[in-house]
Amino acid sequence: MARRNTAGYLAAFAVVGITVVPLLFVLLGGFRTTAQINSSPAGLPGPWVWDNYVEVATSPVFWRLLGNSALIAVIATTLAVVFGAMAAFALSRYAFRGREAFYTLFTLGLLFPLGVATLPLYLWLRQLGLLENPLGVAIPEAAFSLPITIVILRPFMHAIPAELEDAALLDGAAKLGFFWRILLPLSRPALSTVSVLAFVSSWNFFLLPLLVFNDSSNFTLPLGVAMFQSEHTQDTAKVLAFTALSMIPALTFFVLAERRMVGGLTGSVKG
Amino acid sequence: MLFTGFVLVPIGVAGVYSLYSWNGFGPLTDFVGLKNYVEALSGDVFQSAIGHNLIIASLSIIVQLPLSIGLALLLNRKLRGRAFLRMVVFAPYVLSEAVTAVIWLLMLQPGGFVDQVLRNVGLGGLVQQWLADPAIVLYTLFVVITWKYIGFGVILLLAGLQGVPSELREAAALDGATAWQTTRHVVLPLLGPTIRVWIFLSVIGSLQLFDLVWIMTLGGPANASTTMATYLIDHGFKRYEFGFGSAVAVILFIICFTFALFYQRFALRRDTEGALTRAVS
Repeated sequence: MARRNTAGYLAAFAVVGITVVPLLFVLLGGFRTTAQINSSPAGLPGPWVWDNYVEVATSPVFWRLLGNSALIAVIATTLAVVFGAMAAFALSRYAFRGREAFYTLFTLGLLFPLGVATLPLYLWLRQLGLLENPLGVAIPEAAFSLPITIVILRPFMHAIPAELEDAALLDGAAKLGFFWRILLPLSRPALSTVSVLAFVSSWNFFLLPLLVFNDSSNFTLPLGVAMFQSEHTQDTAKVLAFTALSMIPALTFFVLAERRMVGGLTGSVKG
Repeated sequence: MLFTGFVLVPIGVAGVYSLYSWNGFGPLTDFVGLKNYVEALSGDVFQSAIGHNLIIASLSIIVQLPLSIGLALLLNRKLRGRAFLRMVVFAPYVLSEAVTAVIWLLMLQPGGFVDQVLRNVGLGGLVQQWLADPAIVLYTLFVVITWKYIGFGVILLLAGLQGVPSELREAAALDGATAWQTTRHVVLPLLGPTIRVWIFLSVIGSLQLFDLVWIMTLGGPANASTTMATYLIDHGFKRYEFGFGSAVAVILFIICFTFALFYQRFALRRDTEGALTRAVS
């Protein structure tokens, strides 16, 4: 047993190394100068340089990208969760013709590639005047998050006993009252899972902002990182600092939301 | 409504555009029928792009799946610091593909981090033109994809492992099964549904690969890492061939959809068969 665990720890150690080293390369690289990096790419900072981080953290560009990303993610998440909850409510608590067909359509939506829709989507956004507009990114993102939101929420709402609904109706609540006062609060764990998923996917989206935004002052963080890299190819250290700072929101958010995400996945895989 | 307007309708409209030769501006007049499709499917670059997507998909199943299962089993054991380990493995999945691409772009620079580490550990002979050599660029990208997505597989499988009752393992152990036998004959079959979900998501993901490739290589060098999606965006948005790009989009859609239908049928049938044989024996 002891031997097995040693092997286990060794394997775990190797895995951690492979996962973490690239992240450390970025974080520590930001504390070096480009000259240091060029002469020894795998070395440690010596001496430690704070300039790169200070420069990036005090530049308006970085904060504007962060703000753009946050704004879009909040709008997209709100839309996806509000519409997703309503659709899941209808699909789980009302019996109507074509209900299963609707649900199947949403499940199939899980595999609609964004790439396929982009050309018409782009033209349509252009017609609606939503190019260079945060809404032009947030609304389609919300639409693409709907399938997963509904697929997770519907079974959850379905499992809430009908007796509760009957009791609520007897107590004089309308269908909508039941939705607001009982179903939504009871669905809170599932709602937080889908919010996290919608938020993270919006935060990381690349293709849509790439097409919708031409003006770099509207860029989101992923676009900004890619742009910064191609504009500062000679200044590796600064690119590393920029990338490191842009990783921080996602990683922090993940640490805070990890339990929810895993909990939600466990629930949905178990069915 | 939102879903119909921004997901379903655009896909349908792409089908219409695909029949025209059109640059995205002005009226839609130049009807060319299936010419765009014929042109795309008979072109070398698009054919190789389909090939690249298929290579990535197969490599995922052959390499990533066993790796994820191994890791999940490892992290399911009672190791000290297990929660921390799980978090670390999952961390790259949270980063955007753009950030991942930039990190690896910098690490893979000629004479950069990766090369120096290889030299320092005495494997200098392995140093390559990681992203500039058409023969290996696709495999380099695959390694990066694996780094980023392995955590997702692990989390999914860990969730599946929680559904394996510990009584079953104990019973197997009492019957004298070794750890390996228990894993092989008790745990893996019970993970079946989770594994099938993973394969499904992984293949669909491989078919749609875009961000990482776009930032790291733009499909180059010499189209050696072009995927269907980079081909689509390149023609649609860089060259303003909206009709042609739409045809490519529809082909990509049909490939994904056909795979999904067949897989659903195949996987579902296997699941019911398994249930039947289990019930009988």
